[in-house]
Amino acid sequence: MPTLPSDDTVPAAPDACDDAPYDLAVVGAGPAGLAAAVAAGRLGLRVALLDSAARTGGQFYRHPAPGLGARRPEALHHAWQAYADRAARLEALVAAGRVDHLAEHHVWAVTGAAGEWSVHAALGPDGADQRRTVRAAKLLLATGAYERQLPFPGWTLPGVVGAGGAQAMLKAGLVLPGQRVVVAGSGPLLLAVAGSLAAAGAEIPAVLEASGYVGYTRRPATLAANPGKLAEGAVHAAALLRHRIPVRTRSAVTEVHGKDRVEAVTVMRLDRDWRPVPGTERRIPCNALAVGHGLVPQLEPATGIGCATRLTPDGTHALVVDDRQRTTVTGVWSAGESGGVGGAELALLEGELAALDIAGRDGRGRTSRARRRDRLRGFADAMAVAHAPRPGWTAWLDDDTDVCRCEEVTAGQVREAVAELGARDARTVKLLTRAGMGWCQGRMCGAAVACLAGGAGDTASRRPLACPVTLEQLAED
Amino acid sequence: MSRNPRDTSRTPLDLAHATPDPAFEITLDGRPLPALPGQSVAAALWAAGILSWRTTRRDGRPRGAFCGIGSCYDCLATVNSRPNQRACLVPARPGDAVTTQEGTGRADLAV
Ligand SMILES: Cc1cc2nc3c(=O)[nH]c(=O)nc-3n(C[C@H](O)[C@H](O)[C@H](O)COP(=O)(O)OP(=O)(O)OC[C@H]3O[C@@H](n4cnc5c(N)ncnc54)[C@H](O)[C@@H]3O)c2cc1C
Ligand code: FES
Repeated sequence: MPTLPSDDTVPAAPDACDDAPYDLAVVGAGPAGLAAAVAAGRLGLRVALLDSAARTGGQFYRHPAPGLGARRPEALHHAWQAYADRAARLEALVAAGRVDHLAEHHVWAVTGAAGEWSVHAALGPDGADQRRTVRAAKLLLATGAYERQLPFPGWTLPGVVGAGGAQAMLKAGLVLPGQRVVVAGSGPLLLAVAGSLAAAGAEIPAVLEASGYVGYTRRPATLAANPGKLAEGAVHAAALLRHRIPVRTRSAVTEVHGKDRVEAVTVMRLDRDWRPVPGTERRIPCNALAVGHGLVPQLEPATGIGCATRLTPDGTHALVVDDRQRTTVTGVWSAGESGGVGGAELALLEGELAALDIAGRDGRGRTSRARRRDRLRGFADAMAVAHAPRPGWTAWLDDDTDVCRCEEVTAGQVREAVAELGARDARTVKLLTRAGMGWCQGRMCGAAVACLAGGAGDTASRRPLACPVTLEQLAED
Repeated sequence: MSRNPRDTSRTPLDLAHATPDPAFEITLDGRPLPALPGQSVAAALWAAGILSWRTTRRDGRPRGAFCGIGSCYDCLATVNSRPNQRACLVPARPGDAVTTQEGTGRADLAV
């Protein structure tokens, strides 16, 4: 790391002045934001690191609170050391007054311009407490991603949980949604989730992958360039073998059964377009289903200040960043999954690349990191293409399946808006049906509504606020 | 079926070699439940085998935690009379009274 301070000394604190703007505000303390804040702090910047969570780590390095007394938090992560090192450095930087870790800060908007950003946060575990505005000259958005969901009959029953959600609850709370958990959807995360749930004592009767793994494993060039990814895949495969978990490709859960909670699922084979093959139904008794279809970059608050987005290979939108992690808005950088899904290793790298540019450093440290980043991006894009939802999934829906969980808008209502009322895009469907107008602001139904509306999707549509705030909180401004 | 027989008694706490501080009590609709320090309200409820603590506004259907990371708002609960708390984010505290939230709880959101 030629351009990052390599010893553990920490620069002396500048004159403390509470109201002085920070040099840099980092939103998101996952792998990307944490790596960036640590690198920038060590390069001499005064940094505010904001995250809605109480602890750093983001989705990948999510870990239990101290009260749970976990002596082996690394049991649920690979490459834990990469986190532990940075967490220790962050602690030193915080103690030296270089970095302020502003935990439980839910950023709901950013205003201002380069040189004078105001980052508005709602405080507390659920963002329901007081408000605070943090000022900074530069801004790095490392808001990560959330899980993409596709609806199917029964997906609102208690016991159906996000695959990443089950992983998150396990990593943070050391709990399982049930003892017999089917894992389904698409994407490499499913294998990691099945492995962890099994290691934690759950029985996994099956993992159902709607696509296959051949798309990228058959691309020797991409794989050869990413030996780390091969090793990671081998770890998951070994875990599945050890727990004797069957993995079925080109298969999906097409219905969940149960009155008030999950009792069983129906599994069907899929054709290449993810259309269920008639006559292949099989019922698997279980008490939970962990399901997800890849990840969606978290674009707010970036789009609120005008950062441009691009369509990704798997049909989501991500922030446009250049090879120095700069967004299209002057004075704003993005690192990690807000700029495209690619995993924790890539996020760490991008965080450091952004910090180098923000601190005005260049040179060898940048070029070698940029090369590694491009390799990992290439691999992530190949995986994204292989696991992208195919149009036939809509055949899983019946007319009374809820598409929008919040507003309880059914597939029938959405189809009616499209067929009879002439809606051609997700925005019009939303206005006609309220799909996507509830609490989650379309995070859970956005992908599905866009597909049903027939458009490329407007998951990047500008939302004014990054998270719901109460009228009381707005009135305080 | 597909489980390694050696693992039958394994729990998440074993996996992480966790020795939590002593459990305390919370209630769901008056029913006492144990919670471990550091667990969210949703995690404590899952640990007790409870998967739903809200009913929806239109159809009165049961819901609980879905995304696990604060983005779906399906896990809303009323905690100590304060409605619309995301149970997956709010830490459980000794004596917390969680009540099943029916419908909106309180519909004064700005967005
Ligand atoms: C639920 C879930 C589970 C996952 N589990 C795994 C796994 O087990 N294995 C794996 O390889 N990958 C997993 N991933 C993929 C994971 O996203 C990446 O591996 C990695 O964590 C990406 O790092 P990041 O820094 O880009 O973003 P993240 O780790 O997502 O970090 C983003 C951070 O930003 C914060 N944030 C976002 N918006 C705001 C805001 N408005 N205000 C304040 N803070 C904000 C979030 O709280 C979060 O801490 C998971 C993803 C999800 C969504
Ligand atoms: S489970 Fe989604 S917000 Fe709590």
